[in-house]
Amino acid sequence: MSDETLTATEQNLAPSQPEISDGFANYLRTQRRRSAQVTMFQIGIVVGFLILWELAPRLNWINPMLTSYPSAVLRTLWGLILDGSLWGHTLATFYATLIGFVGSLIIGIAVAALLWLSPFLSKVLDPIIVVLNALPKIALVPVFFIWLGATSSIYAMAISISVFVTIVMLYTGFEAVDEDKIRLAKLYGASRIQILRKIILPGSVPTMISALKISAGLSLVGVVVGEFQASKAGLGYLITFGGQIFQMNLVMTSLVILAFLSTVLFAAIKYFESYIYRRRGIKSGQ
Amino acid sequence: MSANSVEISNVSLSYYTPERETLALEQISLNVESGQFVAIVGSSGCGKSTLLSVVAGLVPPTEGTVLVNGKYVQGTSPNIGYMFQKDTLLEWRTVLQNALLGSELLGLDKNKSRERAKSLLTSYGLGEFLHALPTQLSGGMRQRAALARTLCTAPDVLLLDEPFSALDFQTKLALSDEISGILRAEGKTVILVTHDIAEAVSIADRVIVMSRRPGRIKSDHRITYPSAGGERPSPFKARSCPEFNGYFQAVWDELDVHKVE
Repeated sequence: MSDETLTATEQNLAPSQPEISDGFANYLRTQRRRSAQVTMFQIGIVVGFLILWELAPRLNWINPMLTSYPSAVLRTLWGLILDGSLWGHTLATFYATLIGFVGSLIIGIAVAALLWLSPFLSKVLDPIIVVLNALPKIALVPVFFIWLGATSSIYAMAISISVFVTIVMLYTGFEAVDEDKIRLAKLYGASRIQILRKIILPGSVPTMISALKISAGLSLVGVVVGEFQASKAGLGYLITFGGQIFQMNLVMTSLVILAFLSTVLFAAIKYFESYIYRRRGIKSGQ
Repeated sequence: MSANSVEISNVSLSYYTPERETLALEQISLNVESGQFVAIVGSSGCGKSTLLSVVAGLVPPTEGTVLVNGKYVQGTSPNIGYMFQKDTLLEWRTVLQNALLGSELLGLDKNKSRERAKSLLTSYGLGEFLHALPTQLSGGMRQRAALARTLCTAPDVLLLDEPFSALDFQTKLALSDEISGILRAEGKTVILVTHDIAEAVSIADRVIVMSRRPGRIKSDHRITYPSAGGERPSPFKARSCPEFNGYFQAVWDELDVHKVE
């Protein structure tokens, strides 16, 4: 029996044979064509949008004061690079977002662990967490500004907007860990702390990554909103500033950078996720 | 040899929920001799797995006592090994690290446990997979890794809770031969819980039939295969012995499978 399984595994690991049948070649060609079509349409939509955005104001279909256009955005972007302020604003927003979701994850793991360790505490705190999770945290912006001042209020916003959902997600994940694995650890006399360390925390890494994805997006929202109110730096500040002086070029440029920043952020998390899953021998995205 | 390894005396167990009280086990008494292989069969929900949890010390009985090797069971003990229906391998640990989980939690000597785990895994045909992750193993290999984990802490009494039921039929037959061979060779006392009558009759020295809830012991069958010539045949060979069908029929009749609840 063991011999059979061994050879089966070896066959799976062996590289595919060099000869490809006509049917398989045909299948591969169709697959490639399909994915090329998808990419073409994706690029097409973006390019089409940019052309429309450039032409519509120039042909006076819409007021250029309201929408700006890509060439103006590029010029503004170039100006921001030349006077050195682009890097500073982007970094300020990125840094605050990082503090937001890393802070949320650390606080979230600590609180969820505490709740898991004490079922009594978790029952007591459950309605409070539900209410705090449901509260629109944006409403706290002026409160944080008054309490914490310009810089710290942005961090507080980034953390508060993402921490409760992180706690709820992680605690739910901890509770969903296979009961038999806990029984197994109990069988060897494991204490609740040991079960947490050996079973619950390592078993919840996929949940932690999902929580990270959500809290990263929310933290970015929190930071931008915080910057609207409080800051003298950051992309959120640039957007409000541009709005106040009716400089749509600046607003649109900031939005483009913001879109780029969030793309980079998610690509990084995605890469981290696939790295973790590879180490665990699981296919990414499952 | 005749000393009792496990003595279950008048064990009853009730579950409480806000709605009702459920009597899961009623007055169970059962003695298992050292080195004996006992199978408990019963329809699902008869409390047979609960009985194992009580013996393992995971659930205290409402009434009655359990003695293992002459000591009262009050909580879990390293003398008792337990295999579940699922292999419950931790997917983030390698096969070797999984086999070492028990000794790690019990705080046993690291180097000795490591050597023991390695030699167990190697003798179960997993020598090349020590540093593989569980996802890279087949179902049978995973269950053998779980056996290595169970035996790594050297328990005398093994509780098997349907350990073969999640496997495909061929793997199940091959693995029950392998595992029962290993456990008999090491002289372990084994209590196997199963709903598979053929498995119970082919593998065990004694088959206990449990009634539907509340679980009670209904009958106790000694299983011997004189036709095999003194030696206990392997479970696979036992299935073709002339005695097999008689035992199967006797247990089947006891189980009232076709009676509607």
